[in-house]
Amino acid sequence: MAPPAQFQRSTSSSQPSGKGEVSDLKMQLRQLAGSRAQGTDDSKRELFKKAISFMTVGIDVSSLFSEMVMCSATSDIVLKKMCYLYVGNYAKGNPDLSLLTINFLQKDCRDEDPMIRGLALRSLCSLRVANLVEYLVGPLGSGLKDNNCYVRTVAAIGVLKLYHISPSTCVDADFPSVLKTLMLKDPDAQVVANCLSALQEIWSLEAGTSEEASREREAFLSKPVIYYFLNRIKEFSEWAQCIVLDLVAKYIPSDNNEIFDIMNLLEDRLQHANGAVVLATIKVFLHLTLSMTDVHQQVYERIKAPLLTLVSSGSQEQSYAVLSHLHLLVMRAPMLFSSDYKHFYCQYNEPSYVKKLKLEMLTAVANESNTYEIVTELCEYAANVDVPIARESIRAVGKIALQQYDINAIVDRLLQFLEMEKDYVTAETLVLVKDLLRKYPQWSHDCIAVVGNISSKNVQEPKAKAALIWMLGEYSQDMIDAPYILESLIDNWDDEHSAEVRLHLLTSVLKCFFKRPPETQKALGAALAAGLADSHQDVHDRALLYYRVLQYNVSVAECLVNPPKQAVSVFADTQNSEIKDRIFDEFNSLSVIYQKPSYMFTDKEHQGPFEFSEELGSLSVGIESADNVSPAQRVEASDNDLLLSTSEKEESRGPSSNGSAYSAPVYDGLTASQTQLEPAFQNQALPVYSPQDGLAIDDLLGLGPPAAPAPPPLKLNARTVLDPSTFQRKWGQLSVSLSQECSISPQGTEFTASEIAEVDNGSKLQLDVYLDEPKTPFNDDINGFDVLSFWRSNWTRFLDVARMAHDVLAIPVSTVASKSSFSAGGHVIDKYLTEPVDDANDMADVVKHVLLMPKPNSERGCGPIGTPQASSWAGSNL
Amino acid sequence: MISQFFVLSLRGDNIVFRDYRGDVPKGSAEIFFRKVKFWKEDEEEAPPVFEAMPLLVESTHLNWPCGNEDNYCYNCGRDYTDPRDSAALSQVSRRCTGQSLCSAKAWELVLCRAAFGLFNLDGVNYFHVKVAGLLFVSTTRVNVSPSLVLELLQRIARVIKDYLGVLNEDSLRKNFVLVYELLDEVIDFGYVQTTSTELLKSYVFNEPIVVDAARLPSLGPAAMFMQGNKRMPGTAVTKSVVANEPGGRKREEIFVDIIEKISVTFSSSGYILTSEIDGTIQMKSYLTGNPEIRLALNEDLSIGRDGRSIYDYSSSAGGGVVILDDCNFHESVHLDSFDIDRTLTLVPPDGEFPVMNYRMTQEFKPPFRINALIEEAGSFRAEVILKIRADFSSNITANTILVQMPVPKYTNRVSFELEPGAVGNTTDFREANKRIEWGLKKIVGGSEHTLRAKLTFSQEPHANLMKEAGPVSMTFTIPMYNASRLQVRYLQIAKKSKTYNPYRWVRYVTQANSYVARI
Repeated sequence: MAPPAQFQRSTSSSQPSGKGEVSDLKMQLRQLAGSRAQGTDDSKRELFKKAISFMTVGIDVSSLFSEMVMCSATSDIVLKKMCYLYVGNYAKGNPDLSLLTINFLQKDCRDEDPMIRGLALRSLCSLRVANLVEYLVGPLGSGLKDNNCYVRTVAAIGVLKLYHISPSTCVDADFPSVLKTLMLKDPDAQVVANCLSALQEIWSLEAGTSEEASREREAFLSKPVIYYFLNRIKEFSEWAQCIVLDLVAKYIPSDNNEIFDIMNLLEDRLQHANGAVVLATIKVFLHLTLSMTDVHQQVYERIKAPLLTLVSSGSQEQSYAVLSHLHLLVMRAPMLFSSDYKHFYCQYNEPSYVKKLKLEMLTAVANESNTYEIVTELCEYAANVDVPIARESIRAVGKIALQQYDINAIVDRLLQFLEMEKDYVTAETLVLVKDLLRKYPQWSHDCIAVVGNISSKNVQEPKAKAALIWMLGEYSQDMIDAPYILESLIDNWDDEHSAEVRLHLLTSVLKCFFKRPPETQKALGAALAAGLADSHQDVHDRALLYYRVLQYNVSVAECLVNPPKQAVSVFADTQNSEIKDRIFDEFNSLSVIYQKPSYMFTDKEHQGPFEFSEELGSLSVGIESADNVSPAQRVEASDNDLLLSTSEKEESRGPSSNGSAYSAPVYDGLTASQTQLEPAFQNQALPVYSPQDGLAIDDLLGLGPPAAPAPPPLKLNARTVLDPSTFQRKWGQLSVSLSQECSISPQGTEFTASEIAEVDNGSKLQLDVYLDEPKTPFNDDINGFDVLSFWRSNWTRFLDVARMAHDVLAIPVSTVASKSSFSAGGHVIDKYLTEPVDDANDMADVVKHVLLMPKPNSERGCGPIGTPQASSWAGSNL
Repeated sequence: MISQFFVLSLRGDNIVFRDYRGDVPKGSAEIFFRKVKFWKEDEEEAPPVFEAMPLLVESTHLNWPCGNEDNYCYNCGRDYTDPRDSAALSQVSRRCTGQSLCSAKAWELVLCRAAFGLFNLDGVNYFHVKVAGLLFVSTTRVNVSPSLVLELLQRIARVIKDYLGVLNEDSLRKNFVLVYELLDEVIDFGYVQTTSTELLKSYVFNEPIVVDAARLPSLGPAAMFMQGNKRMPGTAVTKSVVANEPGGRKREEIFVDIIEKISVTFSSSGYILTSEIDGTIQMKSYLTGNPEIRLALNEDLSIGRDGRSIYDYSSSAGGGVVILDDCNFHESVHLDSFDIDRTLTLVPPDGEFPVMNYRMTQEFKPPFRINALIEEAGSFRAEVILKIRADFSSNITANTILVQMPVPKYTNRVSFELEPGAVGNTTDFREANKRIEWGLKKIVGGSEHTLRAKLTFSQEPHANLMKEAGPVSMTFTIPMYNASRLQVRYLQIAKKSKTYNPYRWVRYVTQANSYVARI
């Protein structure tokens, strides 16, 4: 047999010869069409193969349509399949001819062999011809009821195909509700998964127009449906598991126990070899625990190892996808990963897109304890043969320097870079030294000494040149040669292509002029003349401005270029936090790879079936009794807390603390009932929910009126690895590598005893717990105690009280003069001011009230913390 | 949910092309390939996931001015100030080129978009994986999970390989009808149905046309987790799961490969900076009737390093215990008795699959010690001495060793001097990327090899010669050696028959992933 490769190559290169072949093929097919001779099928196969290989390389073989259809009357299944493929490809372009195929496809849909039925149904639905939809409804309907699961899987997707051709036909035939029944009843997991996919897509597309559809869509997130899927999760193929997990990630459980049950059930999914399953599980975990800061942090700790394993196993491409997600997590909570920095070291054979991610992670996780090693490693990359990566590494060193850790050593390193005499290294370093000097002017002496040695001729890149020129202007009093270097640069004004450099040159020479007038005067004149003649608008304008200002008043000009400067404290972040949060919400999607939220790269219609609206948070399930519902709010700030105070939180958690830590999110003083829930949940002998129970599934979907008799309580199957309480304890004990590395402050240790005690009194109100704290001795040595750090490290224990303390201790900056805040006569109401205007004023009143109050009785007054504001705040009994 | 799947050769020819949803415009394969080519010109690799827009070279707006950072086209006077678009544009150009707008590629993107009259991405996302010199690509318009699609592409490649025995351009071209048949069953309307070779068997009717495996370098079982084109000779199983042997009867056999890739970085003083072992237990079963299999690992194997920092070597060095940092398992593996006696129970599905992946940062003895030295030897000259010592037992032989070391950019000539009596050594100076390469066919355990290279420079070398050269990197394969000491104690096939005794192959191999010594 002739391999297709031969003619393929000839045809792909020259289109005309392809045409000749197509008409040859047409002839041959026509001859075979009627023949019933022995071996016809084999020759037909050959011809079909040719046609399909033409199709693959992009030659239009639609002219063969009628011949292909004529030849398709055969019992040979391979031949049939090829024909289906061909028809599926060209039917859309030939709606009239497609009618020819309907007949034999419909016949095949009634074949004895389920395989043939399935194949025919799939092809029938793939025709994508609008005026043929009437022929689809019948076969689809019987396909959904077929007793073979293969046919049903095909039919489920077939409904979706029909919907895309003609939504109204699909809805009128009531297919969605058939799918729903099938989804909740079918014994075959793949049928269920296909129904789920199809329904999600249909209802999210319908949701815009039909209220019912959006209700149906929300019903997916109801407890019965979610539990149904979770209980069957192991039956699904790994791909279908991903679909289910994606759905579960949207579910909002009603209380913490539910969260732990779900996590318990899914925990073994984290050991799956398929990265897609693991990431989908991680998404569920992260989203479920958003409202529980502590557990959320433990999730980070727990998923670290599986993620790292996925990064190092699997192909380069897969590990990139996982690494991007790891990158996102590292950027969100760098402190949690600071001891894993060695995993982010680059390997010499990695592609640069991986190295770039790793460098960013290294930058993020740098802290006091690892900076030295990270910077040493980065310096190795700077000498790398891979120039873009070498540049990135130098930038990374600079970023770490700007994070304020161990600057001393870093500055030395940067200055060593300058001595390496590689052009690109010098260029990058100069830009960094400039930024460093803007933040730490105190280093100018060391830096300038080295920078002064660099010949401006060796610096060609505009950014680096601009940086060098800026330094020459800014520190001209320290650099002996500054005016002369600037002068020589101005002499070559015309050779300077970058407008940015010319702009900097103008400013710097003017700065230099004010510091060393006699030496610079000539250069300034030349620069202004050159600038005025410059063709670039900005350069011209700036030169003109300087010229006029100098004419008008020299001291004004000096103020203009040499104002008193403040060191830059923080350089602006490139991405705002709102966008980062959006990306986090879209975990396990392309958003993470592109590092931008989906609305920036997808069209509205393609945002997918998984985009659920915001208001679903308030979805009521109507199953739990009202008293044990703690609102599972999504605490927006929880991640910020995580970033701010992770290390402190680690200290505060005693080694033996168990489940009680999870009662942290108390919103309305319901602590008592919460901690006792788990045993109760276990003891109830609840019937296991299963689809065969003969329940009226539709009613269960939460569509019935709230007054309907409560359906049997739902429970996740006992197939879980651990019982819930063990699971929670396990999570509570999950080792946290950070804890050893954080130095525990003397204040911190004093509270450990009380933390362990706290385990017993989980039912107490936070405020009581706080008031029962052992007292911090309040003596003359008040300076040794930092009230802010106390609250930071004890934030997790007294969520609400801490929040109040924050409010009090961080009185917003007010424009009201301080004197008026404390003067009773301040609030004179005149005709312009009829009432105190803003919150700040109110706040000041409160503080004043607190401060002026007589000191409360000594027992409480010098209570747990020794600052007047806080203690009297507590004493005033809120 | 994916829209299209196609396989391209490295020249850009379509070998297989399947459109599932018809929502991606024609020509996507061409757009994809051009994009990949652009990256290649930059000597960078295309990331596995990217978005692209229609490319059009012919355009009237050919004078986009360089250095113009705003969105105003001087040629047509159009102002592209839509903030969303300019943000997207700058992101695109940054991602393509790492530079600002005016580089050639970003420029072309701009032109295309200008030609389309709109600064609008067409919203098509491209995924690809490279397997056996082929590009497996899929497109989608939906914000899907990238790891799902990449995993799927990898899995499709594996299924095709299971069927064809050998996966390469030739075998794919010969069997494209079979591949279409597979693709029809694997994906329906963009939704994954199954990727199990086992299940697919009952739906696929084409017989594979087997290509001559001996002639071609094949995709070994290890290749699926290896980088680039590195292959492992000697472990390739190139038998289709469906095709019968020439003899007619299928041979009952099962292959278990323990493949470890090791990464070690030595500091300039020879101290180990980082080390990691990434291993996989790969299985390929040709057993009829899918009997249950028990695979026993080291009894003292422990997993996870509770609470300790994973780089805390001091506490783990003692004893012969194998401590894995973490591992994951194939779906078919039952872990019921794993906690008790470290046995994995599974019913192996047909085809090739990883039973278990593991990662280990426990200290281990690196198989090779590298000693590298560069020193000045008169003006315009320097000498490099590379010394390699094989630190493993003498009945083991490493093969296909390649040592590479970048030398100063201004080197223009190198002369090599091998030890007297050295056999099977090759030496080379790669002028283009200024690198010396030293290849050795074999290294027997315990032996030591030295290479001296005399460099001639075209200019006075910099004061710090060390900073200009290195690091030394090394690749190798050591069969029947594993650095982690993880072992398969026994492989038990539960089939109750006295006469049934299938072939059981358990093999170990260690490869260098990143083996680097700094100087």
